[in-house]
Amino acid sequence: MSKLTSSSSELDLDRPNIEDYLPTDSIQEPHAKLRLRDLLDISPTLTEAAGAIVDDSFTRCFKSNPPEPWNWNVYLFPLWCLGVVVRYGILFPGRVLILTFGWIIFLSCYIPVHLLLKGHDKLRKRLERALVELICSFFVASWTGVVKYHGPRPCARPKQVFVANHTSMIDFIVLEQMTAFAVIMQKHPGWVGLLQSTILESVGCIWFNRSEAKDREIVARKLREHVEGADNNPLLIFPEGTCVNNHYTVMFKKGAFELGSTVCPIAIKYNKIFVDAFWNSRKQSFTTHLLQLMTSWAVVCDVWYLEPQNMKPGETPIEFAERVRGIISVRAGLKMVPWDGYLKYSRPSPKHRESKQQCFAESVLRRLEEK
Amino acid sequence: MGNTSSMLTQYDIEEVQEHCNNTFSQQEIVSLYQRFCQLDRNSGGFISADEFLSVPEFAVNPLSQRLFRMVDGLNFKEFVAFLSAFSSRATLQHKVEFIFKVYDSDGNGKVAFSDLLDVLRDLTGQFISEQQRELVLTHVLEEAGYKKDSLLVPSDFMKLQILGNTELKMEVEVPVD
Repeated sequence: MSKLTSSSSELDLDRPNIEDYLPTDSIQEPHAKLRLRDLLDISPTLTEAAGAIVDDSFTRCFKSNPPEPWNWNVYLFPLWCLGVVVRYGILFPGRVLILTFGWIIFLSCYIPVHLLLKGHDKLRKRLERALVELICSFFVASWTGVVKYHGPRPCARPKQVFVANHTSMIDFIVLEQMTAFAVIMQKHPGWVGLLQSTILESVGCIWFNRSEAKDREIVARKLREHVEGADNNPLLIFPEGTCVNNHYTVMFKKGAFELGSTVCPIAIKYNKIFVDAFWNSRKQSFTTHLLQLMTSWAVVCDVWYLEPQNMKPGETPIEFAERVRGIISVRAGLKMVPWDGYLKYSRPSPKHRESKQQCFAESVLRRLEEK
Repeated sequence: MGNTSSMLTQYDIEEVQEHCNNTFSQQEIVSLYQRFCQLDRNSGGFISADEFLSVPEFAVNPLSQRLFRMVDGLNFKEFVAFLSAFSSRATLQHKVEFIFKVYDSDGNGKVAFSDLLDVLRDLTGQFISEQQRELVLTHVLEEAGYKKDSLLVPSDFMKLQILGNTELKMEVEVPVD
């Protein structure tokens, strides 16, 4: 794990009041006179710390739960072995063929369209959009994706953004096969990065860099410009900022919610019956993850397109973000936790510790005055 | 049981249980082991500073540094013994001794005014001035019958705890699947 750094104060602005979520046991309420034993009794603070050591809601969000083995007896084991042979020997090569075929068709149409129709932008964009949807369908077919879409399909209108919960990069492919979204993504290395910089550019993508603090302002500006453009593709944002294990949602970043546009929530829930679609980027590379999907029976998921939401009068962007997160979590059956996904990469700001200290200090001083 | 392989034998569990004086059940020990392995990401056999501080709930705690010093480099058996003070089966004396150990950072068996001041500083941060902290401490010490240069021992902590009218609530539940 690389070195952790303290998050900059800018990232603080994203978070709603964590004190509402964390236990307030360490705040001593009784207004009795301050005695020595009150100062010596640090048990509430210690209990909180020990509780965090034993189990904490943040780590739970990123735990990949291995499936229970079902092949443990005499008649199920041969069935499972047969399944392995079919999956690796028949399905996998078949899927690789389908995918290769799909890429050939895609590239043989995309490259001519991209180069020859340079002058006819509108037509070129429409064809490129259709082609991207096509290659995404091929990808989904290569894992035998069984995706059920619920709700009205997204349409391209200005002043709207789509937000969804994030489990793996395949979320994007699953959604993209239905509608050619523009997306905001972290730039990845390797072949994924190559795809990002060539093909995804045509649907309109915005890049960000997690580790740069100044980056946020640039990205916020680009988001606003995109949303206001009339013939840009609808923008898809994953406000969690990181992949979560599809049982929980972490706090949404407010960037998508302060653009002054309508927010259309999308909820995605994967069925773990054949494979766990959570991409644990700490444990496996994207290529390994894709291979795992391609050697499983199927990827089953539900996608719900939910009712578009607008910011209510008097609501702050953070409250709006939390409200939308609630809507998505309820629909997909996910639990909400009060942590910022970026805490995977950095430590919490001193602000939280300081507010606990402030509470305790004030209570000490107040009780000192009591007679 | 030096390295953290994911297999715990019955013998290992019983050894750990004995070491913590039966304050945890065998199921709880298995859960704690899973948690230990989850936190010890690089499988070094102990949990490093970075790994502890990557748990945000622990990192925001004002006493995290003190606790970390006590738990740094512990292997699994010692880790369970450390947490045993928070079990529901732990005696009051055990819990009070644990609190004493948190204060007694140099481990000499005595808690001095400076130790008390250090912990109070951790708990209150910049929101009380150093002078005020000293005044508060001196005041409550004298009221309890001690002097500023008194050295406290565990029996003092125990006496003060019993004189108080609220129970010591220091329990953590180990989630058992």
